[in-house]
Amino acid sequence: MGFEHSVNNSSINNMRRSLLFFFVLGSLFLFTAHAQTYRAPRTPDGKPNLGGVWQALNEAYWDIEGHAAAPGRVLALGAADAVTPGLGVVEGGAIPYLPEAAAKKKQNFENRLTLDPEIKCYLPGVPRATYMPQPFQIIQTAKHIMVIHQYATAVRTIYMDNQTEAPADSWMGWSNGRWEGETLVVDTTGFNDKTWFDRAGNFHSDALHVVERFTATDADHLNYEVTIEDPKVFSRPWKMSLPLYRRKEKNAQILEFRCVEFVEELIYGHLKKQTSK
Amino acid sequence: MKHRVVTSIILVFLLTTFASGQTKKWTPPRMADGHPDLQGFWTNNTYTPLERPRNVSKEFYTREEALELEKKAADEETEQTVPGTVADVHYDFTQFSLDRNQSAHALNLRTSMIVDPVDGKLPPLTAEGQKRAADRAELAKRVGRWDSAQSNDLDDRCIIFQGAGPPMLPQGYNSNYQIVQTPGYVMILFEMAHDTRIIPLDARPHVSRNIRQWTGDSRGHWEGDTLVIETTNFNGKNPLRGSSENLRVVERFTRVDADTIQYKFTVEDESTWTRPWTGEIPLRKTIGPLFEHACHEGNYGLYNTLVGARLEEKKAAEEAAKRGAQAR
Repeated sequence: MGFEHSVNNSSINNMRRSLLFFFVLGSLFLFTAHAQTYRAPRTPDGKPNLGGVWQALNEAYWDIEGHAAAPGRVLALGAADAVTPGLGVVEGGAIPYLPEAAAKKKQNFENRLTLDPEIKCYLPGVPRATYMPQPFQIIQTAKHIMVIHQYATAVRTIYMDNQTEAPADSWMGWSNGRWEGETLVVDTTGFNDKTWFDRAGNFHSDALHVVERFTATDADHLNYEVTIEDPKVFSRPWKMSLPLYRRKEKNAQILEFRCVEFVEELIYGHLKKQTSK
Repeated sequence: MKHRVVTSIILVFLLTTFASGQTKKWTPPRMADGHPDLQGFWTNNTYTPLERPRNVSKEFYTREEALELEKKAADEETEQTVPGTVADVHYDFTQFSLDRNQSAHALNLRTSMIVDPVDGKLPPLTAEGQKRAADRAELAKRVGRWDSAQSNDLDDRCIIFQGAGPPMLPQGYNSNYQIVQTPGYVMILFEMAHDTRIIPLDARPHVSRNIRQWTGDSRGHWEGDTLVIETTNFNGKNPLRGSSENLRVVERFTRVDADTIQYKFTVEDESTWTRPWTGEIPLRKTIGPLFEHACHEGNYGLYNTLVGARLEEKKAAEEAAKRGAQAR
C-alpha cells in the first residue's frame, strides 16, 4: 500500500513494462541457454555420463596446425603414407613457440622418421593420445575415470578423489579431474619431455601442464578443448579444440594394438646375431 | 568411557555373530545396480605354486606349515640380492619392496593353485599337445635366448606379462590390479606394462573368429554374486603351459570378505589337455594407486643385453682367429 502512495501511476506502468521486458528477455536467455547446453544422460552418481568408445575424426595426428597434403615419410609407401591435409585444431592457427623451441620443432620435423615416438610404439602422451587415428574408451565411475586407448594399450586414470600431485614424471602424465556443470575438467601434469603432439614434431618439455575439457554436445559427440601451458617452450598458453565422435558400430570395442612386437626389428634388428656367411 | 566402548564392541560382535548364525555370511558392498562392488586395488601376490610340489600330497597346509614355508621362501628371496653375489646386479628386491613378503598377500593354505584335477597337477597333454611341446622345445634349442630381441621371453620384450592373463596368474613382483566397474563394463588394469582388459557385460557375441588377440576376447556376466568372465579368440602366441589358440578360459570373481576376492579359473583347450583344469587364488585388497609401468619405453635391459651378447661373440671370434694364427 505504501508503494502506491509514494509513486504515481505512470511510473507504475513504466515499471510494469520494464518487468515485462525483462521477463521476455530472461525467458529468451533461458531458452537459448537451454538450446546450447545439452544435458547428458547421468551416471548412477548423477554426473554427465561420458562413457563409450570415442575417436577423433580429423588430421591432427599428422599435424595439429593447419597443413596441406604432402609426401609421406617412407618412399616405398607412396600415397599410402602421404600426409592427409587438415584444417588444424590450434585456436588462432599457430603455436606460439619461443624462438629456440621453433628451431627445435623444425629439427624434429626434419628427423621425424627417427625421432617420432609413435614410430617406436612409445606411449603417446596427452593430448596426442586423444586424436590418434584409433579409438579409445572412457569407463567412468565416481572415483576413477579410465581412458583406455587402443594404441599401445595406453591408459590414463583420472582421479576424481584422493587427488595427489604426480609422484614422478611419466609418459601419460598424472591426471586429476573435476566436474564443472556438464564439463569434465582434467588437469594433467607430471609429464616427461619425450612425447610429441603429432607426427610433425610439435613438442613440449617436462614443464607441460595440460587442462582438458570434455563436454557432451549431444548423444554422440564430445567437445574436446585443451589448454597447453609450458613456459619452457611456448610464449603463452594456447588452445586446441576438436570434436570427438562416438564409434557407432554395433558392439564397438577397443581391440589390441600391442605394437611393441611390430617395432622390435626396427629398434633391435641391428643387434641380431649374425648367421655365418 | 573406555570400558563402555569395549563393552559396546563386544555387544555388537555378539549381536552380529548371533544374528548371522553359525555360517557368518558376509555381504559384499553393492553397486547402484545391485551387483557386488569389486572395485579397488587388488593383488594376487603369492608363494603358492600353480602345480602341487612333488613331495606334497595333501590339498592344504596347516596354518603353521604355510607360515613356515612363506618364511623360507621370503628368506630365499632376500638372499637372492645379498651384496657380492651374482644376483645383486639385478634388482634389489628387498630395497624396492618388490619381494612378495613385504607386499600385501593373502595367506593361502592351498598347496597348489590347481584344485582340479584333485592331485593339483596339470592334466596329461593330448597327442597334439605333446607334439606342440616337443616342437617348441626343439625350436628353443636351435635359437639362443640372446640371438635377437624376438628370441627373448615375452616379458623381457615388454609385450605381455603372465599376470595380464587370462587367467591372471601371479608373478614374481608387481602382481597388482585395479578393478573399475560400471553397469555395462568391468575394467581390469594390470600394473605390468599397463595391460587393460575391458569386459562388456551386455551379452554381446564374441568378435569374429579371425580376430585373435594376446589376451583374447572377454565377455562377462553375473551369476548371483559372482562375476563370470569367459574368454576366447586367443592368438596362441602367449602359451599358457603349452596351450594353443583354441584356449578358452572362464574366470569367476567372488567377494568373500572385505579384503578378499576369490578368483577361480577354468582352462579348456581340447587340442592341448585331455581335460579342463581349474585353479584358485585369492585376490587380496592392496593400496593404490598403480603407477605407469612404461616397460617398452625404458627397455634398456633388452637393448644392453643384445649389445653384450654381440660383443661377447666378437671377442670369442677374435680369440679364435688369434688361436688359429698362432697354430699356423
